[in-house]
Amino acid sequence: MRTDTADIERPAKTPAFQQLSPGRKAKNHIATTLFALAFVVAVIPLLWVLFTLVRRGLSPMLNADWWTHSFYGLLPNDFGGGIYHALVGTLEQTFVCALISVPLGVSVGIFLIEYGRNSRLARTTTFMVDILSGLPSIVAGLFIYALWITTFGLDRSGFAVSLSLVLLMLPVVVRVTETMLMIVPDELREASYALGVPKWKTIVKVVLPTSLSGILTGIILGLARVMGETAPLLILVGYSRAINFNLFDGPMASLPLTVYTARKTSTEAGEYRMWGAALTLVLLIMLINLIATLLSKLFAVKTK
Amino acid sequence: MAKRLDIENLNLYYNKFHAVQDVTLQVHARSVTAFIGPSGCGKSTVLRSLNRMHEVVPGSRVEGKVLLDGENVYAPGVDPVQVRRTIGMVFQKANPFPTMSIKDNVVAGLKLAGEKDKKKLDEITERSLRGANLWEEVKDRLNKPGGGLSGGQQQRLCIARATAVQPDVLLMDEPCSALDPISTLAIEDLIAELKKDYTIVIVTHNMQQAARVSDQTAFFNLPAVGEPGQLVEIGETGKIFSNPSQKATEDYISGRFG
Amino acid sequence: MSESRNSERRPDPPGEVGDAPVNTTEAPVLEAPVTPPNTPTDKKVVRIGDRIFRSLATGSGVFVVTIIAAIGLFLLIRAIPALQANEANFLLSGKWETGDPDDLAFGIVDLAWITVASSIFALVLAMPVAGGIALFLTQYAPRVLARPFGYIVDLLAAVPSVIYGLWGALVLAPVIKPVAVWLNTNLGWIPVFGDGNVPADSGSNVFTAGIVLAVMILPIITGVAREVFARTPNAQIEGALALGATKWEVVRTTVWPFGRSGFVGGSMLGLGRALGETVALTVILSYTYEGPHYSIFDAGATFASRIALGSAEFNNNLTVGAYIAAGLVLFISTFAVNALARWIESSSGKGKE
Ligand SMILES: Nc1ncnc2c1ncn2[C@@H]1O[C@H](COP(=O)(O)OP(=O)(O)OP(=O)(O)O)[C@@H](O)[C@H]1O
Ligand SMILES: [Mg+2]
Repeated sequence: MRTDTADIERPAKTPAFQQLSPGRKAKNHIATTLFALAFVVAVIPLLWVLFTLVRRGLSPMLNADWWTHSFYGLLPNDFGGGIYHALVGTLEQTFVCALISVPLGVSVGIFLIEYGRNSRLARTTTFMVDILSGLPSIVAGLFIYALWITTFGLDRSGFAVSLSLVLLMLPVVVRVTETMLMIVPDELREASYALGVPKWKTIVKVVLPTSLSGILTGIILGLARVMGETAPLLILVGYSRAINFNLFDGPMASLPLTVYTARKTSTEAGEYRMWGAALTLVLLIMLINLIATLLSKLFAVKTK
Repeated sequence: MAKRLDIENLNLYYNKFHAVQDVTLQVHARSVTAFIGPSGCGKSTVLRSLNRMHEVVPGSRVEGKVLLDGENVYAPGVDPVQVRRTIGMVFQKANPFPTMSIKDNVVAGLKLAGEKDKKKLDEITERSLRGANLWEEVKDRLNKPGGGLSGGQQQRLCIARATAVQPDVLLMDEPCSALDPISTLAIEDLIAELKKDYTIVIVTHNMQQAARVSDQTAFFNLPAVGEPGQLVEIGETGKIFSNPSQKATEDYISGRFG
Repeated sequence: MSESRNSERRPDPPGEVGDAPVNTTEAPVLEAPVTPPNTPTDKKVVRIGDRIFRSLATGSGVFVVTIIAAIGLFLLIRAIPALQANEANFLLSGKWETGDPDDLAFGIVDLAWITVASSIFALVLAMPVAGGIALFLTQYAPRVLARPFGYIVDLLAAVPSVIYGLWGALVLAPVIKPVAVWLNTNLGWIPVFGDGNVPADSGSNVFTAGIVLAVMILPIITGVAREVFARTPNAQIEGALALGATKWEVVRTTVWPFGRSGFVGGSMLGLGRALGETVALTVILSYTYEGPHYSIFDAGATFASRIALGSAEFNNNLTVGAYIAAGLVLFISTFAVNALARWIESSSGKGKE
């Protein structure tokens, strides 16, 4: 169209662009390679761990007894037995932890965002939640030990474990609630007020449903994390090879505790059980992660 | 149903900042009153003070009276929730509730107030959507999310939502500023119809729109930067646009009309 | 942190939607010299639902604050008698003899060394890798791959620490043994690579522990770093590109300077996590009565693993008190590191945006 097209079509005698100096080019390549390598370096241990787990933990899991029996009565060299007792413990302890930490954490989040704002109490609460969020799990265990066992004089039990898990879970719930409530636009709250809806109903019926998907996902991911905690269990509950449904009485197994304890049985059968329990634990955590992803899709705010 | 509003000596503050000074004006029942004026002069602030939405902003303060058919909405013992039921509001940006279906959006105010009668809710849905000229477009997808509608449809949905609770007064803050000319016309037509039943106050930057839809027009201005906004004059729309009594009004209007 | 977040959005007042405490006077007269005849509301209407809901929310805040303060108090109450009965210097001794409540002698020096050595070693390994991954995922990886790749790195955080412990002790340690031996023989003249209190080929030493810890904190550092690197203003990147910069030069001149302090903050978070890690180290490190030689081929116990190992002797308040004292030291150090991390993070990125 323009007159200078001929110019462009004429074969160029000198290169049209300045060449990059070889040094700059090389540096660029090296950097790219190194960064990609860093990613590979991270994938190696992940695959290695998973591979180890599957290779050594799969065969115990394929035994039907694995899901229905406990380790009760097994001698160090006996193969067989199942993980049922530990599954019961893990699920019960995590469930009770959720039962306490979710309502508490969500209402703390609501307080911080919808009511407290920059009040002194809100700042103190945020500080306390910050403390909890960096708390090493063993210290959470000690906290509960000092409170529940030495101060109240109660026994070690599955419930004490649940309480220590609450300490670890609470900051997760508060944080995710805060974040999710914060991204609910104020326009929605105002729209609701303008319809003559009281504030508490606005929170319950408009604000919370809008952020439900995010809060739910965050909570479930938090639970999956807490499920693998071992440290507080070591000081708060005894291990039992038998099935114990009672959170409040007696020793109680759980998956992480089973893995840890089975390591001490240094026989082939002991290792067999240990890796089986380990793979079961990881599969359970992955399953819950998957559920979280599905739920977040299911509850996500739809536009179509 | 429609009620009149008398605003007397209204002063509005955001913390220390005096945003609007000494506004006194009347809004007639079953008519459209337009608020015009340069940006930042306090139109939205006045509008929001009429149904006590102003106090949702922390640190805000109200002095003066807003009388709804003679009753002060700021009188002690008056429940702001009740005030907002009686004086509805449509916002600049359409804000349907994202988690609710089209139908639930329309009846949100009623449902949240505890209305459960399904038949009644269905009736009101249809009536409000018809009233907002939206029924034909959405009647086949009432259970789809409200967020899936176009911007203009969403704004009409918000109008339907505001009218579903059958308020006496409808406040609209630049309801068309985010819409295309066709949707704007649709909403202007709607306003003309709604004024048969409602008292309407509309904030707009569009002079032609004010001239087209309103019966009386109030011009607000900022005397100087940092000073509170003031009401310059209020009068019949025809008069304000053809023969304003204040120089500032004329300047503003002619400047806009070019 | 959440303070600044709160101030970013428009907060609701305490008094909206009829929700004020009954006796709030809104002080409507502050500015006006003359009180207008009918000033707003001395009393506000409070709906009962609002009041209940508000009390519930506020009450849970109060509850959390009290419970944590109370626990802190209990811990101190338990620790003090044990510290008084201690026959060794708590800060300077390396002993840990707590079995007999009448003859307590415990100090934290050795615990501190193993804890710090393994955590710092982990940090040294993890930081460059995490930084590289974060740059790779935010700047290099194609958009469709960045998300799944990021998810893979996050999966590292989903593996429980007890399993990392098993893997480290039983699978990794034998494999890296030659590396440890090589470092010890060839670089042994550098003090940290010198002989430890267990043979370098034992595997159950700080060297193995640090590598496993590095894997565990990798997703934490990467997560934070990804976030800050991704926030680099596009205008800066495009400005550099328009000057004819190569990708590496763009990263070096814009992305890295922008995200550096956020990356350091994320690393501090990782450090906090490493300091408090318990079970993986309990499984990996072998226990020895010989004091440390201040080499990464030392074995021993960290604060956390010492407490976990000691749970068997939790049978009297003085013994427990000794462990609680160690727990308090651990708690204070992780808290300090985490606070530092938050401070670095919040004072970076945002200011430059
Ligand atoms: N939430 C708030 N906090 C503090 N000051 C505010 C707030 N909202 C508005 N203001 C101030 O009050 C004054 C009036 O604002 P208002 O929004 O009422 O103006 P407006 O006339 O509606 O302007 P526009 O035409 O741009 O919408 C302005 O100076 C504004 O900065
Ligand atoms: Mg406005």
